[in-house]
Amino acid sequence: MNIFRLFVKPKTATTARDRLQVLLAHERASVGGNDLVTILRDEILAVISKHVKVDDNKVYVKLERGLQVSTLEVDVQIPFDRTTRRAA
Amino acid sequence: MGKAIVVTSGKGGVGKTTSTAAIGAALAQRGDKVVVVDFDVGLRNLDLVMGAERRVVYDLINVIHGEAKLAQALIRDKRVETLYLLPASQTRDKDKLTPEGVEQVITALKKNFDWVICDSPAGIERGPTLAMRHADIAIVVTNPEISSVRDSDRIIGLLDAKTVKAENGERVEKHLLLTRYDPSRAEAGDMLQVDDVLEILSIPLLGIIPESTDVLRASNLGTPVTLADRNSETARAYYEAARRLTGETVPVTIPTDKRGFFGKFFGRKAA
Repeated sequence: MNIFRLFVKPKTATTARDRLQVLLAHERASVGGNDLVTILRDEILAVISKHVKVDDNKVYVKLERGLQVSTLEVDVQIPFDRTTRRAA
Repeated sequence: MGKAIVVTSGKGGVGKTTSTAAIGAALAQRGDKVVVVDFDVGLRNLDLVMGAERRVVYDLINVIHGEAKLAQALIRDKRVETLYLLPASQTRDKDKLTPEGVEQVITALKKNFDWVICDSPAGIERGPTLAMRHADIAIVVTNPEISSVRDSDRIIGLLDAKTVKAENGERVEKHLLLTRYDPSRAEAGDMLQVDDVLEILSIPLLGIIPESTDVLRASNLGTPVTLADRNSETARAYYEAARRLTGETVPVTIPTDKRGFFGKFFGRKAA
């Protein structure tokens, strides 16, 4: 443990500014509350479930927002199903 | 023809009502005819801050519904004779506020007053959008704090889209009023800097109001902070903001921590 941390607390204002800038950049892009990420997630899931049965509880969606690049991670667990295998 | 100002913020508790009363009184003291209008139907408070709560007979909703004439509902301030208050209803449903009614009242007020200052309720629903609808000028009240800045950003978006001026292809003149600014926290690096907030919201600065007990003391007394103690730091900041509103160029002073060496060590404020 750094002994100086007892006396000097890290400054928080810059963190606040950086978080706000990232957040607002995204909120301004999605006008009228239509969040692009939500739309993408719903449509991707709709396409997948057209072809395979998807258990809603086995879908994990993770979003990481950055100033330059954002990533949308969709993790869909497809249950083992004999019928789909035979069809393929 | 007067100008309509909306005092708005999105977030609650940032100082809209305090600022409405303070700027209204400051402009009226110059001799301008001013009316402050409470749009917070169901939760009115401007009457309390103005010290007129026991004089309310009719309100904005009564006027809109034709139950009272506008002149009957206006309450004249006892300290500054060019200052008037149009209170909101405390009991009625906020849905009684109709777009047509609001338009008529604002138009009538603009004919009779130099400044029509509308104190908006918090949020982004019907009340706040009606309060901003006919504004020529918007004062966006913001605290140097992330949730307040985010909500102000949202409100600025609404001002650019949902106002009569915006719909006619014009622009509502927008100003940022930074309130509850705490110099000691700013110096400690734990409060958003003025420049950061300005850069993020990118609207011109109307003034910086320091966090102060003056505000609480004034509201306890039912006196706008600019009338309570004219020489207090808070009052002076509001007077400067009012002068900027009228188009004067007044340099903005960023409040500094005035406590001395020992004050800084021993006089730590409770968070």
